[in-house]
Amino acid sequence: MSGDESYIQISDVSKHFGPVVAVDNISVSIARGEFFSLLGSSGCGKTTLLRMLAGFESPTTGEIYIDGLPMSEKAPHHRPTNMVFQSYAIFPHLDVRQNIAFGLRTEKVSKEEANSRVDETLELVKLTGFGDRRSNELSGGQRQRIALARALIKHPKVLLLDEPLGALDKKLREEMQIELRSLQQSLGITFIFVTHDQEEAITLSDRIAVMSEGKALQIGSPKDLYNTPVSVEVADFIGQMNFVDAEVLDVKSGVAVIDTSGLGKVKIPTSADFAQKGARGVVAIRPEKLKISEKKSGALKNAVEGTLKSASYYGNRSHYHVTVEGSDQPMAVASQEVDIASGNTLDSDTPVWLSWEDGALILLPQPPA
Amino acid sequence: MKETTYIKRPNRTLFIYALIYLAFLYIPVLFLPLFSFNDSIYIAFPFVGFTTKWYSQMYHNEPMFAALLNSIRVGGATSVIATLLGVFGAKAVTRYRMPGKPVAMFIIMLPLVIPGIIMGVALLIVVSRSGIPLSLYTVTLGHILVCVPFAMATLIPRFEGFDRSMEEAAADLGENAWWTFWRVTFPIVFPGILASLLLCFTISFDEFIMAFFLAGTDPTLPIYIFSQLRFPAKLPGVLAMGALILVVSFFVVVFSQWLRLRNSNDITSSGI
Amino acid sequence: MSIEATASGEGMPERKSWRRRFRALFLRSEALRGYTLLSPTMLVMAFAMCLPFIVMVLMSFWTQKGFDIDTSFTLNNYQEAIDGPIYEALLFRSLMISGTCTLATVLISYPMAYYVAFHVHKRKLLWIILMTLPFWTSYLLRVFSWKIILGYNGAINSGLKALGLIDQPLEFLLYSPTAVIITLAHAWAAFAILPIYVSLEKIDRSLLEAAADLGEGPVGRFLRITLPLSLPGVIAATIMIFIPTVGDYVTPALVGGPNGLMLANIIEAQFGRINNWPMGAALAITMLFVVAAVTLIYIWITRKLTARIA
Repeated sequence: MSGDESYIQISDVSKHFGPVVAVDNISVSIARGEFFSLLGSSGCGKTTLLRMLAGFESPTTGEIYIDGLPMSEKAPHHRPTNMVFQSYAIFPHLDVRQNIAFGLRTEKVSKEEANSRVDETLELVKLTGFGDRRSNELSGGQRQRIALARALIKHPKVLLLDEPLGALDKKLREEMQIELRSLQQSLGITFIFVTHDQEEAITLSDRIAVMSEGKALQIGSPKDLYNTPVSVEVADFIGQMNFVDAEVLDVKSGVAVIDTSGLGKVKIPTSADFAQKGARGVVAIRPEKLKISEKKSGALKNAVEGTLKSASYYGNRSHYHVTVEGSDQPMAVASQEVDIASGNTLDSDTPVWLSWEDGALILLPQPPA
Repeated sequence: MKETTYIKRPNRTLFIYALIYLAFLYIPVLFLPLFSFNDSIYIAFPFVGFTTKWYSQMYHNEPMFAALLNSIRVGGATSVIATLLGVFGAKAVTRYRMPGKPVAMFIIMLPLVIPGIIMGVALLIVVSRSGIPLSLYTVTLGHILVCVPFAMATLIPRFEGFDRSMEEAAADLGENAWWTFWRVTFPIVFPGILASLLLCFTISFDEFIMAFFLAGTDPTLPIYIFSQLRFPAKLPGVLAMGALILVVSFFVVVFSQWLRLRNSNDITSSGI
Repeated sequence: MSIEATASGEGMPERKSWRRRFRALFLRSEALRGYTLLSPTMLVMAFAMCLPFIVMVLMSFWTQKGFDIDTSFTLNNYQEAIDGPIYEALLFRSLMISGTCTLATVLISYPMAYYVAFHVHKRKLLWIILMTLPFWTSYLLRVFSWKIILGYNGAINSGLKALGLIDQPLEFLLYSPTAVIITLAHAWAAFAILPIYVSLEKIDRSLLEAAADLGEGPVGRFLRITLPLSLPGVIAATIMIFIPTVGDYVTPALVGGPNGLMLANIIEAQFGRINNWPMGAALAITMLFVVAAVTLIYIWITRKLTARIA
C-alpha cells in the first residue's frame, strides 16, 4: 500500500497532552512529490502533527506510514524525513559550512564528497561564498536558507517545514515563496508545510488541510477550498466571504430552494445531507462575485437592492460595504469595474443594486453555536 | 549616558550606605592578609613589624600541604561527579514531560533545605553502622550530596536557555542521542558545565560542617585549619595560608564570572 | 521490514520481539525516556539521602551503653530531649540566634540590593561580584576573622587601647550571642543579597512610572509596588539563611562562648566528646522537625500575607 498516491499515510492519528487533545483523529494520504500544507491558526495542532511526522512526538493512537513503513518504532534519526524548524535551530557554535554538513557524519561520506555536496547545496540556496560566516553574523533570510540547505543536503524523501517564512518580512517572504515552490518542483521532494497564512498556503500548495482544534476541517486543492468550502469555518478562513442566514424551503432533484435573510429567495444545487426541507443553514458568497450597480440591469436575474455604506478605492479595484434589508452584517463587495481613473465613483448612502451569477452562492451547514 | 529619569535619579544616602555595607563585608576578611605580615604571634594592634616569615614557614608545613592536596582531590572528584549528575538531571527535567517531576525535583533539591550538620551525622551513622571506614571517599560522598542541587541550579537555566529544537535538529539530521549530546548539547551548555565545576569545587573546598563528621585520619584543609585555630603559635601560619586562598579564589571567581558573562553575550547576540 | 527481521532471527523470536516492544515503548513514552535519563541523579540522591535518614531515625530509638549500642526500641532519647531543660534552652537559643541573624541580614541587605538594582546603571556586574566575592573565601577563616576583630586582644580592643580610649579590653564583644549573630550575618550576607537583588531587578520599571503617574510619591511607590513585588526574593533569602545558620556549630564554637552555644554544638558533642550517638540522632531529628515546622509555618504565613497584599 505504498503507492505514489498514498506515499505518506496518516491514519487515525490522535495526540493527547494530558487532558488536552492536540490532534484529534486525523487521517490523510499525501502523494509522492506533493506540496502539502497544514493550515490553521496557532494551537490548531498543525505543528504537533508535523512533529509526529518528524518523530519528536509519538501519536497517542493511530499510526503514520511513510513509503509503507510504520513510523512508530523509528526514532527521528532513523526516519526519511528532514525538518526546517520555525526557529531555524542554526547551531550557534558552528559556522555555515559546518551547519550544512552536520547531517553528513552519519552518512559516512568522504571528505571530498562532503565538500562538494556542501558546495552544491550552498549554490542551491544561493549562499555561495557565505560558508565561513559564523551563525551570529547572518540575517533572518540567510538563516532560513541555511536551515533549508542543512535539511536538503540529506536528500530527504519528505521535507517538513514548520512556518519557515514566519519570521521574515513581507518582501523577503514573497521571494522565498517563489524559491521554495521552484525548489520543490525541481527536486521532486514531498513537502509538508505548516503555516497560519492562508495566502501563503494557497500560493504554494498542491493540497491543503485546513485544521482547527486538532481536527482537519477540509482537505483539498486551493481551488476546491476556495470555491467549495464545506463549512463556514473553512470559508471564513480561506479568503473573504459574506454570510447570510438561510432556511431551506424545499429540495427538488438536487436543487434547494432557500429563503435567505438579505439575498431574497434563491436556488442552489446541493447534495449535502443536511439540506432537508426546513433545515437552517448559511448562504455564502465571495465579495468579488457580487456586482454593484446604480440601476437594476435587466440582464441579471439575481439582484437585491441595498444602501452603499462605505467605499474604498485602491486604483485598480474598489471595495464597498452595502447594507441589505434582512442582514445585520453589511455585504462586502470587491469590484474591478468602478474605478477612480474613469471618474465613475459612487457616493455613500446612495441606493445601489447587488447582483450575482448563478452558481456564485454556496450553501453551508449552520455552524455549531 | 545620562539616564536620570524621575524614577532613576541618583541617591546619595543609598550610595553611602552601599559603601558602608561593602566595608562591613570586606574589612573583616582583609584582616587576614593584614595580620599575616605582622611580625608577632599575637594577633593584636599595634603592629610589631613587617615580615614574610609566616609565608616562608608555611612552605615547609608538610601536614598543611597534605591537607591542601586532600581538599583538591575531594573537590575535584566532587565537582566532576556532581556536575555529571547535574547534567543528567538538568537535561531530563528541562527536556521531557514527566509525571511526578515536582517530586523528583524536590528530592534532588532537598539538601539545600536541610542543615549540614543533620546530613553530616546521618551519613556518619549509616557509614559507620555499615562498617565502612571514614575516609576522603566518605567526605566526597557527603559533598556530592550538597553539590548536586547547586549543579542542577547552575545547569538548568543553561539548558532552558537554548532552543530545544537545536537538539531535535540534530536528531532530525540523523544523529542518535549520544552524538546529539556531544555535537550539539555539550558545546552549547559547556559554559554552564564549567561554571558548575567551579562552583562545586569551591563549595567542597570550603565545606567544613559535613567533612568534620565524615573525614577519617586524612583531614581536608578546613579540618586542618580548624585544628590549628586552637594553637596561638600556629595562627599566623594559618593567616598566611588564608590570605593566599583569598587571592587565588579572587582570581577564580573573577575568571568564572567573566566566562559566564562572555558566553551569555554570545548567546544574546546570536539571537537564540 | 519488521516482520522479516523476526522471521530471520529464528533462534529466539520471542526475545527479539520483547526487545522490540521495549524499544517501541521507549520511543513512545517520553516520561520513560526522561526518567531513564534522570535515574542516575535520582538514585544517588535518593539512596544517599533516604537511607541515612532511615538509619538515623532507627538509631534515635536505641540506647548507648558504654561503647556499645543497645538496639532495643525505646523513646527515652526523645523523652530526654523534651524533658531535659538544657536541650530546650539550646533549641530555643538556636532559633532565636538564627532568627535574629536572618532578620538582621535581610534588613541590612535589602537597601544594598535595592541600591544595586535601581541606582547602579553602569558596571552592575562589578557590584554584584563585589557583593558576593567575600562569600567565596573560606567560611572558617571568615568566622575566625571576627574572632580577631572582637577578641580580648582583638582589633577593636587593641585599637581602642592604642588610641587611649579604654584602659581595659571590652569583654562583652567576644563570646556572646551578639558575636554569633554578627559573625553569621557577615558570613551569610551573600545569600540575602542575591535573591533580593534578582527579585528587585525583575520588577518592570514602567510599573513604578505608572504608579508615579497615578500620583504615588516615592514612599507610596516603594510600599505599594517595589516591596510587595520583591517579597518572593526576601522570603527565599530568609529561608536560605535561616536553615544553614540554625544548624551551624562552627561559629558558636569559635565566637559564641558558653552563652553563645547552640543546639548544633550539643549534637556535635553527642557524636564526639559525649559519645552518645542515639541521643545525637534523636536531637538531630528533633531539630530537623522543628526547623521544617518553623519554615513551613513561615512560608504559610507569608503566603497568606502576600495574598492579602495582592
